[in-house]
Amino acid sequence: MARFLIPLAVFAVLVVFLAIGLRLNPREVPSPLIDKPAPAFQLARLDDPAKTVTLEDLRGQVWLLNVWASWCVACLQEHPLLVEFSRSGTVPIYGLNYKDKPDAATAWLGKHGNPYTMSIVDADGRVGIDYGVYGVPETFVIDKQGVIRYKHIGPVTPQVLNDRILPLLRQLEA
Amino acid sequence: MTNGPPHPALLLMLLALLGPLAPAFAREAPPAADDPAIEARMKKMAAELRCLVCQNQSIADSNADLAVDLRTQVREQMRAGRSDAEIRDWLTQRYGDFVLYRPPLKSTTVLLWFGPLAILVAAVVALVVTLRGRRKNVEAELSDEERARAEALLRTEPPPRN
Repeated sequence: MARFLIPLAVFAVLVVFLAIGLRLNPREVPSPLIDKPAPAFQLARLDDPAKTVTLEDLRGQVWLLNVWASWCVACLQEHPLLVEFSRSGTVPIYGLNYKDKPDAATAWLGKHGNPYTMSIVDADGRVGIDYGVYGVPETFVIDKQGVIRYKHIGPVTPQVLNDRILPLLRQLEA
Repeated sequence: MTNGPPHPALLLMLLALLGPLAPAFAREAPPAADDPAIEARMKKMAAELRCLVCQNQSIADSNADLAVDLRTQVREQMRAGRSDAEIRDWLTQRYGDFVLYRPPLKSTTVLLWFGPLAILVAAVVALVVTLRGRRKNVEAELSDEERARAEALLRTEPPPRN
């Protein structure tokens, strides 16, 4: 009996491992930045390059940092959702315009709508690297103390917004 | 010509035509000729870093934008006199151990490091146990009762043949 049961058990274990493995998304790399202070930055505003914004300026509020670019196709996918979310006025969304040309970025916002309280320009992608960005779009939830509480890689879907981001925002705002 | 696959000779000709163009496409990031030592050190290190965008390539091999940027940063930090360990820390703070092709040994990676060894040991143990069991089967002794029955069977007359 054991002669048949052992290979069957080994096979079952293998199936379980493969089933779990197939459900994981290899593109989603756990960020070491979760629950760490957001990296500091000092960047120019997209709408007014003469003015700069630092992380300190944004402290004291819960906010979303959305990394976007006009060349980013997947950004268009989440864009209507972000616009809708910004209308709800829950928390401000700050855009990190990643490795983009300011003219193209401004035109893109004009065409598709601007959900951002403000966009800041990371032309050479250095701040992006500090935030561990590797695939635009990425969305960070940053709390009142300036700590990164959540990171979403890829387009935000209604499911992610409703199941992950909104409950977290409610908890952080409380 | 019909719609079939193109003639092999035609493909060869096409390749020959495209050949001289290839180097133009394959141009690497311009090596910093000012310091070949740093360039060599950067290449060696980047070969052990995983590119986050195309995950099966190293940062040295990948031409993804992010890999180019990271190579630039590594080069700059080396020029600024930082050690390899410091630069590796700098990277893992941002991208996690995932960027390292040689993951560090810690509680979450124990299974990764020793899992294959554990499976090998288990397999060897199973093999030894199975082989021992098999030998015992061959040498199995007959009980007294079985011996008596066998002898009785041997003693009986064979049935008459028709």
